Amino acid sequence: MAIPHYMTAGMGGIRSAGDLVARMQFSKNMKIGKAKEYVAKKLGVSTLEIADEYLMRELREELKIGVITGVPGAPRGIAAKMNIESILDVKINSCEIFRKNTKK
Amino acid sequence: MTEYYTRRGDGKRITMTKKQFMDDIQDGMADAADMGEIPVLNANEVEVLLGILMTRDRIVGVEPGNEVVLTYDIGQLDFTGDNGNSGNGVDVGRLESAMLHERALAADTFELAHADYSIKPVKPIISNEMQTMEQIQNQITVPFFYGAMPNAGLYYAPDGPYGNPTDLMREFKIEEAMTAAELTADHLARDIEYVATRMNAAGADGFNFDTTASAGDADFVGTLRGAEKLRKACPDAYIMIGMAGESIMGIHGSIEYAGEAVAGKYPHQQIKFAEKAGANVFGPVVNTNTSKSLAWNLARSVTFIKECIKVAKIPCHVNMGMGVGGIPMCETVPLDAITRCGKAMVEIAKVDGI
Repeated sequence: MAIPHYMTAGMGGIRSAGDLVARMQFSKNMKIGKAKEYVAKKLGVSTLEIADEYLMRELREELKIGVITGVPGAPRGIAAKMNIESILDVKINSCEIFRKNTKK
Repeated sequence: MTEYYTRRGDGKRITMTKKQFMDDIQDGMADAADMGEIPVLNANEVEVLLGILMTRDRIVGVEPGNEVVLTYDIGQLDFTGDNGNSGNGVDVGRLESAMLHERALAADTFELAHADYSIKPVKPIISNEMQTMEQIQNQITVPFFYGAMPNAGLYYAPDGPYGNPTDLMREFKIEEAMTAAELTADHLARDIEYVATRMNAAGADGFNFDTTASAGDADFVGTLRGAEKLRKACPDAYIMIGMAGESIMGIHGSIEYAGEAVAGKYPHQQIKFAEKAGANVFGPVVNTNTSKSLAWNLARSVTFIKECIKVAKIPCHVNMGMGVGGIPMCETVPLDAITRCGKAMVEIAKVDGI
């Protein structure tokens, strides 16, 4: 079911900015329109562009917030999420635990 | 008379005329309106729905800009599970499955799941689940939940410590049946707190309560109380409450949450309980009737969900798996049906996610 739903209506996760919009829905109870506006403003692009894979591929690599391809040295996982925290101005649980464990 | 390919609720390909589509749309909407005491779709929405159903293209999609967020149930079991879970039977690891969903299957979010996908069996292996969550959180970028069904059925005999209400009712032991359901709700809430707070300590972004109320009203109340405990213990946890069915079965009959009985409630009423319990996202369900057409089922589902979205204060991710949300009840769901249902839910009901 994952593929047809993505093709019909999905944002595409880290192919675009789907993970970022999801974070705003869950962390701030934002409905889809408001969550997209928030993310678009933080990224400095339009709400149409945050679901544009072409534009977001370059932007995600530039912002170091995770891309779908195996780019050596590109942050992913905790490192990417720490950058997402800064950009979206949110706290992410796994990053908080990472900081606590490293005492940083 | 021109005929169009479409589907029956069991997935079988059938043909229908424009008039037949319109008749089934009207009947489906009327059924939802009657059961839920809610308004039908307006004339413009009916026209849009008719257009989606009559499109001759194999697949359809939303307009650019209308994309929504996807959340998932059952975690990696969609790869590893057997056909009872609609799984592929591919024994891939849980870390690899999460990575594949994020980087190859365009997942906006994903989740970790126990093989039995229920709260109760997680307890004895909680440390194992916490270790796996910690490892995946180091690698994954998208929001990553722990997911499980509350599954209150596991607390009733012969699997659990309490009498089985359906057996007790057959013996006319009504009070005993109600007591068993109440004790189960309390036990479930305690177990949810135990499991969910530990998964939060392991770095989970949040918890997905999936197929909530599958065992009826006490299942729903136990889940709400559990979610409330999780919210209190972990104020920033992402909480998603997804339902099992469109109406809550009254196994107890009068068990209450926040002073109101939950049995018999429909999606636009269920969401109010989820909001009170502290959910961030609600997952409404509308069941598919396998004997009716896709047009009937989709019109009925969109009518219910539109009303839920209208009253919602939190985002709603509508359930769109096999046999829900207008989608036919079959294991290999036809693409034409899935894409039509997705487009209608996003562009007519205005869901926040799927």
